[in-house]
Amino acid sequence: MGGYGDVKLLRDDGKRLDGRAIDEMRAVTIEAGVLPAADGSAMVTHGLNVAVAAVYGPMEAHPRKIQRQDRAVIDVRYNMAPFSTGDRIRPGFNRRSREISKVTAEALESVVLVERYPRSKIRVEIEILAAEAGTRCAGITAASVALADAGIPMRDMIVGVASGKIEDTVVLDLDKAEDNYGQADLPVGILPNTGEIAFLQMDGDLSIDEYNLAMEYNFKAAKEIHEVMADALKRRYERGDA
Amino acid sequence: MSKGQVGAEQRLVTPGMVIGPATGKRAGSGTIAENNEFIATRLGWLNERNDVVSVLPINSAYMPRSGDLVIGYVAEVRNNLWFFDVNGPFQALLPMSLAPWKVEYGSTRQHLGIGDAALARIQEVDETHNMVLTMKGVGLRRLNEGAVVSIPVNLIDTLRGENNATLSRIRDATNCRIIVGDNGRVWIHGDAEDMLTSRQLIQTLQQEGHKNTFETAVLALENERGEH
Repeated sequence: MGGYGDVKLLRDDGKRLDGRAIDEMRAVTIEAGVLPAADGSAMVTHGLNVAVAAVYGPMEAHPRKIQRQDRAVIDVRYNMAPFSTGDRIRPGFNRRSREISKVTAEALESVVLVERYPRSKIRVEIEILAAEAGTRCAGITAASVALADAGIPMRDMIVGVASGKIEDTVVLDLDKAEDNYGQADLPVGILPNTGEIAFLQMDGDLSIDEYNLAMEYNFKAAKEIHEVMADALKRRYERGDA
Repeated sequence: MSKGQVGAEQRLVTPGMVIGPATGKRAGSGTIAENNEFIATRLGWLNERNDVVSVLPINSAYMPRSGDLVIGYVAEVRNNLWFFDVNGPFQALLPMSLAPWKVEYGSTRQHLGIGDAALARIQEVDETHNMVLTMKGVGLRRLNEGAVVSIPVNLIDTLRGENNATLSRIRDATNCRIIVGDNGRVWIHGDAEDMLTSRQLIQTLQQEGHKNTFETAVLALENERGEH
């Protein structure tokens, strides 16, 4: 059973506690260009998660020691607002936000054509306003929409999605209870057009079959989210405030 | 109004979108060829011209190229050179030898101080974004009067119009001298009231250029001037 013994996460009718089917995603809405001061921005709501991303640059990289002569550096700052969860979070960097900033930066570096902007820096700020499990995925989705909005050339966008395991069943897109009391969590960053994987983390254990099923769910969800992302970018232009 | 795009269908593409097979055509700006397919790298309008496939970006940062006419602000002064903010990722350098005056070593501050605006041309840009400006050339000078407004770099072509048609109309309608820098800065000079009008026109173009609002505003001005 679950990692915490006897927490019941699946209902008798096979659905999950919030009524979703096991391969059903939470609702995703995206809006591009929400911040007037940023070069590019996006807001993603994924279930009850709210992530806002702002992109600035390319600009001269400071301090000079972080400059790379052959490419741009991507400086990601992931931060959860103190009010984003039930228990107040102490403001500022912590071990977890550092880790997520790092994996997000590395994922984005694999899609942004960084070699076009030597010695520069592209600053990506991801702020989580409300958290309900899966914020790193919402954050990376928001960041890639914001980068596209800023007109920064990219090979592809990245979609952040997660699957996991609860009560020995593989499910798509864990919510807070499932994340806390489930058995495994598999967040990935998927390039929707090429099907490549830009980042992958796993918390808990999955058998090979379970992993394959989880990835199948992830790819299916990535396709859906990508449509919402593309739609958000197109809508932004129709509004005419490019 | 010219929308700055020629030929082909008007298709909005997002980064990573497959545009089509890469046969017999070349990948232009905003696209890359991968596995024999063209892939868009930017959000923008697809454009095909002379067998070159490119994407006209909707939003883009200014990337300096040699030969660009730019409006810059002095950001730093040394004894023998100036550093200009030209709206790019890096500052541009103007050596005293390329200034339009005879400058003695140490007297750079007498010609251009911090915050001064100048019209200059980009002499060269190297692969690491180091750039050198020149102020030797016809019309290149320090900007003592007028106002500078900023527009998004991707709207410069729209502001100019085909053969500068749109720009000329704004000039005539508002009775202002207007110089459009390639770096998204526009210098306007005229009577205070005229300057205000042309600023508003440019703002309208910026926000609602794809609608009729801009056309209506210019027409109204033209009619008004015609009556006088």
